[in-house]
This record gives sequence, C-alpha cells and structure tokens, in this order.
Amino acid sequence: MSDRSNSKPETGAFFARDRAWHPPAFAPGYKTSVLRSPQRALLSLDGTISEITGPVFGHSILNELDNDLIHNFAKPGESAIGERIIVHGRVLDERGRPVPGVLLEFWQANAGGRYRHKKETYLAAVDPNFGGCGRAITDGEGGYAFRTIRPGAYPWPNGVNDWRPAHIHFSVFGHGFAQRLITQMYFEGDPMIWKCPIVGTIPDKQAIEQLIAPLDWGNTIPMDARAYKFDIVLRGRRSTLFENRLEGN
Amino acid sequence: MVQDLGYLKETPSQTAGPYVHIGLTPNYSEIGGVYETDLGSVMVNDKTLGERITVTGRVIDGAGAPVKDAVLEIWQADSAGLYNSPSELRGTADPNFTGWGRCPTNSTDGVFRFETIKPGRVPFKDGRKMAPHITVWIVARGINIGLHTRMYFPEETAANAEDPLLARIEHRDRLATLIAAKEGSVYTFDIHLQGDKETVFLDI
Repeated sequence: MSDRSNSKPETGAFFARDRAWHPPAFAPGYKTSVLRSPQRALLSLDGTISEITGPVFGHSILNELDNDLIHNFAKPGESAIGERIIVHGRVLDERGRPVPGVLLEFWQANAGGRYRHKKETYLAAVDPNFGGCGRAITDGEGGYAFRTIRPGAYPWPNGVNDWRPAHIHFSVFGHGFAQRLITQMYFEGDPMIWKCPIVGTIPDKQAIEQLIAPLDWGNTIPMDARAYKFDIVLRGRRSTLFENRLEGN
Repeated sequence: MVQDLGYLKETPSQTAGPYVHIGLTPNYSEIGGVYETDLGSVMVNDKTLGERITVTGRVIDGAGAPVKDAVLEIWQADSAGLYNSPSELRGTADPNFTGWGRCPTNSTDGVFRFETIKPGRVPFKDGRKMAPHITVWIVARGINIGLHTRMYFPEETAANAEDPLLARIEHRDRLATLIAAKEGSVYTFDIHLQGDKETVFLDI
C-alpha cells in the first residue's frame, strides 16, 4: 500500500455529502431496505483525520488479467460467452480533478443474468468460463478500463415480476475513507432501468442518468468489442489554504 | 449571471446487493484462481507493533435477525496513532500494519472477525486527542448507501469521556452502541441497523 503518483498529498476535509442526491436508507419499493435502514438521524461531523486518510493500493496487487473478465476465469484458450465489451472511464472528484492511483473493483452476472454465487438460484446456466469479478487501479489521469461481456438482466424476488436491468457493480476507493463508494453502472437505452425498484431508490432523474453509461462508438474496436464509457465522481476536498489544523502538533 | 462554480455531482450510491462477495471477496465466494487472496483479509504480520486484538460481532436487522450477506471494512491507526495513508503527514505509520481490513459476515451465523491491533489515539481537528477507535463501514443487500460508524474500547473510560465525537451524541444512552464488549483480547461489537438498540451512524 505504498506506491502512488508524485502529486502532493491531499489533506483537506471532504465536501459534505448531498444525501438528497443519493438514495435514502429507507426506500420501501426496495423491500430489503425496510428492515436494514437506520431510523435515527445520522450524527454529522466535519471529517477528522480518521476519514480524511484512507488505504491506497499499489499496482503490485494486480495480476495481468485482473481487468479482463473475458479471460481471468476461463480455461486456457477459451473465453466467456456473450457480447464482448470494453468499459472505461475516469475517476474524478467533485472539483473535476482526476483521482489517480485508486482501486476499482467490478462484479457482475454472466450474459444470461446468472451470478456465480452459492446463494443464486436463477435457472439460467452458469458459464464455465466466466467468474464475474475484476479490478483495476486508475492511472495518472484517473483513467481505468476493463474488458468483459455484457451482463444479462435477471429476475429477483422483490415484487412478483421484478427484473434488474443489465448492470455492473462498482466498488471505488478514493484517497480518503470518506470517499468510499459502491454503485452500479447501467447501459444506455435499456428500458429495464426505468422499471427497477433499486434504480428507483434514487429520487432524482438526473442522478439516475449519472449511472447510465453511453455507448462509446469511438472507442469500439472493429471486429472485437464495443465500448461503454462510465465516469465516476467521488467527493471533492476543500482546498487547504485556510485549514486550521493543529493536529500536526 | 454569476460565475459557474463548476462542481460535479458525486456519483450516487447503490446497494452492494447479495452477491457483493463475488467482487470483494471472490475466494470466500468460491471463485478461486482469479486473485491469490481476498484483499483485506490479513492486516498484521509477525512484525506488527502493538497489542494484538480480535474484533468480532454481528450486524443485526430491525427484526433482530443477523445480516448474513454484509461486508464490513475497517480503517484504523497503528499502535502509535498513525494512519498508513499518503494523506498522513504527521509521520510514517508502521509498515507492517495495513490499517485496513475487509470481512464478510458469515453466511451461516452472520459473524465477522478481524485480527488486528489496538489503535493509538489520533488528534481531532483542534488538536485534542480522540479516544482510540476503529472506523467501520458496512455494505449489504438492502443498504442503499454504505453506513459509517466507529467502535470504541470499553477500558478507555477516561479517553472516551473526553472524545469529541462521543461528546456530540445528544442522547447519552446511545453512547453505549459505539463501545465494544471486552473479554480478554476479544472485542465484540454488534451493530444494530434499526430499532431500540440502533447503532449511532455517522455522516462524516
């Protein structure tokens, strides 16, 4: 957890989270949230060093195929079945600055909407050459990319006939633990997005649109894979010009 | 028109879902051969300085049932009160301690468990020392945005009494929800998502 770009360490506290933009804890259309949502108000506090700092992971944790879900679980010479795509983008902060050297983790169902998980019982088949996990670390400009197959929609026991839109889960670290974020990426043009109770936990349509990756024709590789672009925005930091921090002692 | 501040909006959170283990702890979910180990499963080694402790517990839902599909991450200072982070400017943290751990709640009994060390005290923004604490972050199916809380230590009576964050809790009977139970070197920290024993969660 040591190597990192040569930028100056950032120590400003983070912008307050706009919790009206994020989904609320209690969103009864998504049934599981009913018993898993705190009812008391959150205790608010301007970030301390415990939240301003956070783990940073070196490239040494990565294997060559970590960002290639088509091959990282496949038998030698074989590959996962499905629509081959590249997902790429940048991690920025709310001030529009790139966030270099941060870990992204991805997970998803296979082309038929089936997860490789012991609790998953959907009758669609498991792909023997698809595991469903990958990871990458952003470059000096905050950029990342991975190869995968486009996941399928799948049904889930919420309403009688609820189906998740095609989606890829993202886990993102920043430079401070307060930036920690888990979200889901959806695909441009998918009519399932607007029927989904989990998408519907987000109150603002513009916020939902921030999770929809457009087809990136320019980066599509002819005769190989189409591309989707998904930028991620983490909390910004206050500039430290007038920070009154005495903790250096 | 005034100038545009030009800020972007933070990417909205979504639940980690029931299959979060595929992405965060693939070996635990029997997806072998992709990563050597699950990230965050080991925080200490033979050379780590400080008092070895175990932090364990469960996440309990509003009906009193353990949540068996959550993932917890913890973040803490080393035994000298330094964070292993590039944003730590007060000194160099113990290189044999990551400060960060990740553990699923077990699918059979809902228990999580971290082998770590007791953290030193770190300063609040005004220079006062906070009591030793471990930051805890919880994601799961049904949790739309990750929940932050802190675990404090029951034997640190004096330090806890002067801790600036604990001092901010208006309903004093709720302090107890942030203080673990100690038995030998094992600290048990049960997290109640909802109801009478609801844990204090932070917007921080």
